[in-house]
Amino acid sequence: MREEMRPVLLTVNGRSVEVAEGTTVAAAVLISGAPTRRSVSGEARAPLCGMGICFECRVAIDGRPHQRSCQIVCAAGMDVRTL
Amino acid sequence: MSDSWDVVVVGAGIVGAACARECASRGLRTVVVEGSVVGGGATAAGMGHIVVMDDSPAQLALTRYSQDLWAHLAERLPANVEFETCGTLWVALDEEEMEEVRRKRAVYASAGVASEILDSDALEEAEPHLRRPMAGALLVRSDAVIYPPCAAAWLMEEAMRAGAVLSGPRRVVGVGAGRVRLDDRSELRGGRIVVACGAESAELLPEIPVRKRKGHLVITDRYPGLVRHQLVELGYLKSAHSLTADSVAFNVQPRKTGQVLIGSSRQFGDEGAAVRTEIVSAMLERAQFYLPEIGACSAIRTWTGFRAATPDKLPLIGRWPGDETVLLATGHEGLGITTSLATARLIADALTGATSEISTQPYLPARFFGERRVAGFEVDPPQQRSEVHA
Amino acid sequence: MFDHPSAGVVAAEKGNERLELRYGKLILATGARELFLPFPGWTLPGICGAGGLDAMARGGLPVSGKRVVVAGTGPLLLAVAAHVAARGAKVVAICEQAPLRSLIQFAGRMLGQPAKLAQGIRYRWAVRAPMYFGCWPVEARGDGALEKVTLRTRLRRWTVTCDFLACGFHLVPNTELAQLIGCRIEDGLVAVDEMQRTSVENVLCAGEPTGIGGVEMAVIEGQIAGLAAAGALNEAGKFVPRRRKMLGFVRALREAFVLDPELRRLASDATIVCRCEDVVYGDLRRYSGWRDAKLQTRCGMGPCQGRICGAAAEFLFGWCVEGVRPPAFPVLVASLATASTVSEEVQEGS
Repeated sequence: MREEMRPVLLTVNGRSVEVAEGTTVAAAVLISGAPTRRSVSGEARAPLCGMGICFECRVAIDGRPHQRSCQIVCAAGMDVRTL
Repeated sequence: MSDSWDVVVVGAGIVGAACARECASRGLRTVVVEGSVVGGGATAAGMGHIVVMDDSPAQLALTRYSQDLWAHLAERLPANVEFETCGTLWVALDEEEMEEVRRKRAVYASAGVASEILDSDALEEAEPHLRRPMAGALLVRSDAVIYPPCAAAWLMEEAMRAGAVLSGPRRVVGVGAGRVRLDDRSELRGGRIVVACGAESAELLPEIPVRKRKGHLVITDRYPGLVRHQLVELGYLKSAHSLTADSVAFNVQPRKTGQVLIGSSRQFGDEGAAVRTEIVSAMLERAQFYLPEIGACSAIRTWTGFRAATPDKLPLIGRWPGDETVLLATGHEGLGITTSLATARLIADALTGATSEISTQPYLPARFFGERRVAGFEVDPPQQRSEVHA
Repeated sequence: MFDHPSAGVVAAEKGNERLELRYGKLILATGARELFLPFPGWTLPGICGAGGLDAMARGGLPVSGKRVVVAGTGPLLLAVAAHVAARGAKVVAICEQAPLRSLIQFAGRMLGQPAKLAQGIRYRWAVRAPMYFGCWPVEARGDGALEKVTLRTRLRRWTVTCDFLACGFHLVPNTELAQLIGCRIEDGLVAVDEMQRTSVENVLCAGEPTGIGGVEMAVIEGQIAGLAAAGALNEAGKFVPRRRKMLGFVRALREAFVLDPELRRLASDATIVCRCEDVVYGDLRRYSGWRDAKLQTRCGMGPCQGRICGAAAEFLFGWCVEGVRPPAFPVLVASLATASTVSEEVQEGS
C-alpha cells in the first residue's frame, strides 16, 4: 500500500481528525480515540474482524447509520458519528 | 411418564402452550407433544401483534376478549417477551379510505374498543416519517406487539409450573380415539386430545378445512424512532380478505429493539419455505410507498411461515365432531398470537364444562363437519410437511 | 452479492445501487473469515482478529510503538506478528494454542514445501517476541478498552499489559452464498469436482470454501475454475496434479492446528457470545440446538447474521448452524425491493 502524505480531514463526533489518504473510517475513529459503537447492553465496541463481517465497526457516516467503517475509505469532509 | 393423561395437546406453539397452561391451571393432567422446538413454527414466523380486528363480529369478539387477557397478563410477562402497547394506526391515503376509518371507529366503539380518528396533521405528528400527505388514520391505542417465541416459551413454563409436561421433540403421526400416535411407534393416551399444530393440523385430520397460507417478513437493523406505532394500510382489508390471489400489504411494526418489522404477504399454493424474491420485492415496494425512508434502512433478515387459514377466516376452536376425543385449536390464520389466550380459555371451558365468557358458537369446528368442499375453498389432500424458519 | 433469485442471475449491491448480473458461469471465491472464540473480556476495544489487526493496520490504524499480543492458532499468527512488527509494533507474545509437538510435526511435513517453510522461518526471525505453545488468552481486562491479558499454558498463568490483542482461531470458510444457491455442502465445505464445479450447474467454487488451504492452493483452484468456466478443460486439467500435491499440506494444516477441547471451557456464563445482540454463554447453554437458542435468546439475529457467534456455537456446543436466506448479507431495503434495475451481461462474478 502506498501511504502518501496527502492528509484527509474529516470529523468524528464533531472533532476534526486528520488521516493519511487511504485510511479507513474505522482507523480514523480509533485514531480519534472513540469506540465505534455501543452494544445493545451499552458496552463500548471496536472493530473485530477488519473485513466487513462482524459489524462491530458500524458508525453513521453523513447521517446514514449502520455503515461498516472498516470497508469505507475516508473522504474529505466526512461527518462520522459513532453509534 | 404417566401413560394416561386428561389432555394431550399436540403442538407447543403459542396456541398449544396457552392451552396447556389453561388446562393445567384448572387441574387437568396435561401433556404437550412437540415435534421441534417450543414456538418454532408459525409462532416464530409471525409478526407478533395483539390486535383487535373487525372482519366479522365473531372475529371482533374473539380478538377483543383475547386482547383483554393479554393486557391482564402484561405485568407478569418477562422482558424478553417484549410486550409493548405501541397501538395501531390504520392509515388512510384518501377520503375514500377515511370513510373506512370512520366506519371502523363506529364498529370498534360498538364493541367497547376505544379508538381515535387522526386528521392529516395529527397523523404527521404521530408518525413523521410516513409519506405525505396522508388523509388521516384510526388510532387504536390498546393494540400491542410481542416477541412470540419467548411468549410461547413463557406460557409453556407457566404450564409446567402448574404441572403440565412437555414431551419432545417427538413427532405426532396420528390422533383419534383417545390416542396420540408418535413416530417412534409409541402412543400417548388421553381423555381428550387438543390438536394445536397450526397449518399442519390438516396432516393429522385431513378432513378439517385448514390450508397453508404462506407469508413473508423482512426485519431491519435498529432504527429507534423511525416508526412509533404499528402501521397498517386500509387496503390491507381488501388484500387480506381475498382467498385466492397472492397479495401484499403495507404493515410495519416498531419492535422494542428499535428494529422495524416489515410485512406482509399472503399466498396460497406455495408450500415451500423458500423466500420468493418477487414477493419480497412487492412487499417492500409497498412499504417504501408508505414509508419512503425505509428504503435507506439496512434489511438484515427475511423469512417465511405458514398461517393456518380457514374458509370463513375464523379459527376452529372446540370439539371436532369426527372424533369425540378430539378438540381443535387451529385455523387462526394471522391472529394466532392475539387469540391464543382466548382460544385456551374456550378449550379449557369445553374440557371442564365451564361456561365461556363469549359465545363459542362461531368458532366450533362443527360448522364444517361433513363438508368435503366449501364454496371457493377446495379442501386439499394431506400436505407435505414443510419447515417454517424464523 | 446477496441473492440468487433464479438460475443464471445474481443480485448484488454496489454502494446504494442494486445490480442484477446475468451469468453463464458463476465462480464463487468467497474466501474465509476468522474463527473467534469467546473468553471473558473478549469484547473490549483493542481486541480484534489476528487477520483483523493486520487488515486494520493496512487500513491506516497506527500500531507503531503499541504493545501487541498475537494469539489463536494457525500460520497466520506468525505472519500477522511479522507484519505489525514491521509497522513498528512491539509484539510482546505470540500464543499458539496447538502444542509444540504438533508444530514440529507440521514443520516436518512442510519439508516438501521449502518455500512455505522458509517463509515461516523468516516471519519468526522478524519478530523478537517469545512464542508460546499450548497457550491462549483466558481473560482480558481494561477500563473501556484493553489493558491487560491473562495468558495460560498447561504449566502457568501470567498477565501481560498490552494495547492490542490480535486473536483468531484459524479460519471458517464462507459458504453462505454457496448454500443460498443450493450447492451441496459436505463437512462444512462446498463440494466440488476436480474442475471446481459444484453440484449446481454452471456454478464453480475455488479457494477456502472448498477447504482451508492457504493462498497457493487458492491460486491453483482459481486457475482451474477460471479455465474450466471458460471451457478450457484440458488446460485446467494441467493444474489438477498440482492441486492434488497440495492436498497433503491442507491435511497437515488441519491436523496441526486442531483446536484443543479445553478451549470449549474458555467462556464463563457471563461471557458474551453473540456480539450483535449481547447474548451470554450462560443463556445459550440451556438450549439443545441453534434454532431453539436463536429464537429464545436472539443469538445470531443481528446484522452479522450469526457469522461470528454461529461459528463459535458450532465449536462450543456442537450445534449445527443452518438456514441461509436472502439477503446473504444485510442490504438496503431499497435493494431488496427492486426486482430489477440494472442488468449486465457478464460471464463471472461473485
